[in-house]
Amino acid sequence: MKKLVISVVLVNFLAACASHPPAETSAPAAENAAPVAATAPAASAAVAVDPLNDPASILAGRSVYYPFDVSTVQEADKPLVQAHGKYLAEHADRKVRLEGNCDERGSNEYNLALGQRRADGVKKMLELSGAKAAQLESVSYGEEKPRASAHEEAAWSQNRRTDLNYSK
Amino acid sequence: MRFLRHGLAAVLLAYSSLAAAVLEIEIVGAGENQIPIALVPFGGDEKLAAEINGIVAADLQRSGLFRLVDPAGKSPHEPGEVNYADWQVRGADALSIGQAGVLADGRIEVQFRLLDAVKQIDLGGHAVSAAKGQVRAVGHRIADLIYEKLTGDRGVFSTRIVYVNRQGPRYKLIVADSDGYNEQVLLSLNEPIMSPAWSPDGSHLAYVSFENGHAAVYVQSLYTRQRKLIANFEGSNSAPAWSPDGALMAVVLTRDGSSQIYLVRPDGSNLRRMTFSGAIDTEPHFSPDGQHLLFASDRGGSVQIYRMAVSGGPAERMTFGGGNNYSPRYRHDGKVFVFTHRENGRFYIATQDFQTGQMELLTAGGWEKKPSYAPNGKLILYASEGRGRGILATVSSDGRVKQNMFTQSGDAREPVWGPLP
Repeated sequence: MKKLVISVVLVNFLAACASHPPAETSAPAAENAAPVAATAPAASAAVAVDPLNDPASILAGRSVYYPFDVSTVQEADKPLVQAHGKYLAEHADRKVRLEGNCDERGSNEYNLALGQRRADGVKKMLELSGAKAAQLESVSYGEEKPRASAHEEAAWSQNRRTDLNYSK
Repeated sequence: MRFLRHGLAAVLLAYSSLAAAVLEIEIVGAGENQIPIALVPFGGDEKLAAEINGIVAADLQRSGLFRLVDPAGKSPHEPGEVNYADWQVRGADALSIGQAGVLADGRIEVQFRLLDAVKQIDLGGHAVSAAKGQVRAVGHRIADLIYEKLTGDRGVFSTRIVYVNRQGPRYKLIVADSDGYNEQVLLSLNEPIMSPAWSPDGSHLAYVSFENGHAAVYVQSLYTRQRKLIANFEGSNSAPAWSPDGALMAVVLTRDGSSQIYLVRPDGSNLRRMTFSGAIDTEPHFSPDGQHLLFASDRGGSVQIYRMAVSGGPAERMTFGGGNNYSPRYRHDGKVFVFTHRENGRFYIATQDFQTGQMELLTAGGWEKKPSYAPNGKLILYASEGRGRGILATVSSDGRVKQNMFTQSGDAREPVWGPLP
């Protein structure tokens, strides 16, 4: 039971991170940091922080969203994908899995293909931004792993996405 | 191409028969010309007889082609005991009578006769037997014999179906009788299972599993439960379909770019690319003569159904008009195909005649997807929704009779009707 609660909280946290713009996710982190800031400012400045772990960085965004039945990266998300491409170019040891997802409209098999096209589109853009193919893997979950499950656009818009999932 | 034989450690194979038992079957509508039939309770073992009678009655009713006439106290067990006038008064065109019992070795045996109450003739007797405990199999076999004698079509009550049950992150591949009962869990995973496909002889299932982190195609024996990974290329490996002779499979791979159709042997060898569209080509299904493939593609801008020869060559667009069309499957005679039609945000089960090109909607629309024909072409199984969950449903090929099958828990998805036993 304990395990279940922890994993649910974790999923919610990840979902919140991925579905909000970086500016929003950075706010609570800054508030939490405030009380301890007086005791440890030097230490955090001395360590070279991986920008991937900086909630204020554009790299904190890990999802790209799409209109219905569209698989090309939208203008609004291009800076995010390009920033990840640049980061990967500078961090050759990092690997990322691109996981394409779809809303439930369409057949499961068509959506699997569409999700793959979404993930492949992000992969291509990452490569154009400097990432190497060996750092990237694109897969699709089609409509099988919805983030939200209601039959409405509010849920569908969350489900039409490609997640950038860095391996540990 | 990689070949892998998975040990039992890799997956959890369960043999539970309580996984998602069908609790309730709801029937809507009635056939145009229903045959009134009286199922007289068999003599012999009364408890066994009543159980078998219930299964036969449910099967015949589900077909939409029969109306059950209450025997109302009359219970002849031999032709000599039948007074045809009794049955004409009750409006029965036919009646079945017989004896049910358990043999010394535990086998169940039923001897029954079908009588024509109008012509007052004996339509013939049958003995049906099965191993101990196989009461449902006996009931389905009797229903098949009655159905075949009175309609002239092949009965499909003894066939099986496969579907995926999803409950939270848990996916189960389930094989069940055509009425949803008697299910066996073939595979249980915490990753998606998709696109089950029966081998033509019903001995194997191909399906897509995500247990390796991405969509890969497996073939599994229903008897030995042994599994084989047959397509595991980078990206997605999906939508398996068997040729009618079982010698070939069509699969959809992204190894060369977009989702394209390939042919491969069921052991994973002799891979050959079939389509070169650069668009999404998926959901291939072989024609009954093995000469053509139907598939869904967005090559024309919207998702539509196409047909191409297995020998290669250009594809021909089959569906036109508004909306999108997915998941095509041939009828057993190859003259009609069934598919999912999407229009104005609703999904319908639709059929189209190859000769007339006429599309016919069989359902009212909603979340109705993934149709497949029963082997006799008279019923279509599909995925629907009821009470907020994914359910199994059937519709008669004329659209008149619908049946919703509510399972105990979780969402029922991706059903496919199996071949004749």
